[in-house]
Amino acid sequence: MVRVQDVGMMFNLSQEKVDNLKEYVIKLLKRQLLFQEFWALRDISFEVERGDRLGIVGLNGAGKSTLLKIISGVMKPTEGNVDIHGRVVPLLELGAGFDHNYTGRENIYLNGAILGYSKEFIEEKFHEIVEFSEIGQFIDVPLKNYSSGMKARLGFSIATVVEPEILILDEVLSVGDAKFKQKSEERILQLFDKGITVLFVSHSTEQVQRLCNKAIWLEHGKIIMQGSADEVCTKYAES
Amino acid sequence: MTEHRFLVNFSKYRYLLSELVKRDIKIKYRRSVLGIFWSFLNPLLTMIILTIIFSTIFSMKIENFPVYMLTGMLVFTFFSAGSKGAMMSIRQNAAIIKKVYVPKYMYSLGVVLSNFVTFLLSLIVLFLVMIGTQAPFTWYILMAILPIFFLVMITIGAGLFLATVTVFFRDIEHLYGVFLTMLMYGSAIFYPISIIPESIRWLFELNPIYAIITMCRFCFTYGQMYELKTFLFAGASSLILLVLGIYFFYKYQDKFILYI
Repeated sequence: MVRVQDVGMMFNLSQEKVDNLKEYVIKLLKRQLLFQEFWALRDISFEVERGDRLGIVGLNGAGKSTLLKIISGVMKPTEGNVDIHGRVVPLLELGAGFDHNYTGRENIYLNGAILGYSKEFIEEKFHEIVEFSEIGQFIDVPLKNYSSGMKARLGFSIATVVEPEILILDEVLSVGDAKFKQKSEERILQLFDKGITVLFVSHSTEQVQRLCNKAIWLEHGKIIMQGSADEVCTKYAES
Repeated sequence: MTEHRFLVNFSKYRYLLSELVKRDIKIKYRRSVLGIFWSFLNPLLTMIILTIIFSTIFSMKIENFPVYMLTGMLVFTFFSAGSKGAMMSIRQNAAIIKKVYVPKYMYSLGVVLSNFVTFLLSLIVLFLVMIGTQAPFTWYILMAILPIFFLVMITIGAGLFLATVTVFFRDIEHLYGVFLTMLMYGSAIFYPISIIPESIRWLFELNPIYAIITMCRFCFTYGQMYELKTFLFAGASSLILLVLGIYFFYKYQDKFILYI
């Protein structure tokens, strides 16, 4: 269950220009430290019950990824708060934390640890992870020698082997070749059947309508429509 | 509430900490011929070279120059590598930090701990040299646990503080490098304190690394107990730096993601 209340995220655009001590002091003395507010998200409130599958649609730059980052705990919102009950697994980018000098095998342990799994759990599921990713004999080869597809498959495999209570997907169902895409969608659907809660960002309204039951439409950081997946997607596609 | 969260989080990510330490150590030596053996060889070779260079100048004034110098060198190497590594750990792990929630101090802590493992391995070299130079093996060696404990505290504190500051001001990395060089010369590692004029000796007394080195020297080189005032100063300054580091890190860590 996820409850988002009055969440807002503000970025200070001018801070990009000052990142060393000398410039900071000079600007401080010359009173040139500007502050340019940019509200990426404002007044975001919604609730997701257990078993709901929420789709999040919107144009690029609407604030979707920012919202997901806040929900997965990577960013702290400037205002409002997020209430989460249940283990969250974010699939924001596969293979976060892969070390390229490490082998596939070693990375499974490292990545699993980063996602918060215990050593016993990883050992138990090790075989399943390798099998699903179809890496085969390359599991003991350093990651820098993998193709991007292999890395993505391995990352997906590690991240989905656990059964999260809340799964956050940021446009990651489009990795790999057609065969793998099918496999990954199957696995996601398997997870759906277990009644997990899903937050799903996608540009494909077809996918959202197919996989989700509810949806919200974000534009310029505000929710402009909330409702059933069909309703929202139709309106969004029309615009 | 926040303390409770810290303990829960720490036990949840314990395994990650061990994986991070393992990774740092494994990758450091992966492509090298001698591998982990370098942890032994490096201090040993440096000590031999520096002993040859300096002992002819200072041997009158220092009892057991090899051990004297080695204790100073090992302590300083751990502090400098640990604090520098921790300082860079946030920026280096920027990619993961932006994608998955992991308690951020884990990265800095992992670096300090992996350097600590290297430090422990190099202590073996110290013991071998002690045997070779017939330094006294007394129970006071066990007392070295305290200064080493202070050393870990001060390295973590400095590392966390630097990690925080470097996120916002990148040039601190370079400034710190210069500072470390100054610290190296200002900790009496290769020379006896007696060559420093009395008028500026007080500067050394204010250097916590020098205090820790002195304490270790009492244990390893002379086989004696260190002085109370050195102990109190080292302990107090390490604790202060640790608290400072934790405080600043904790206060600003939510902003890291906006700058890295």
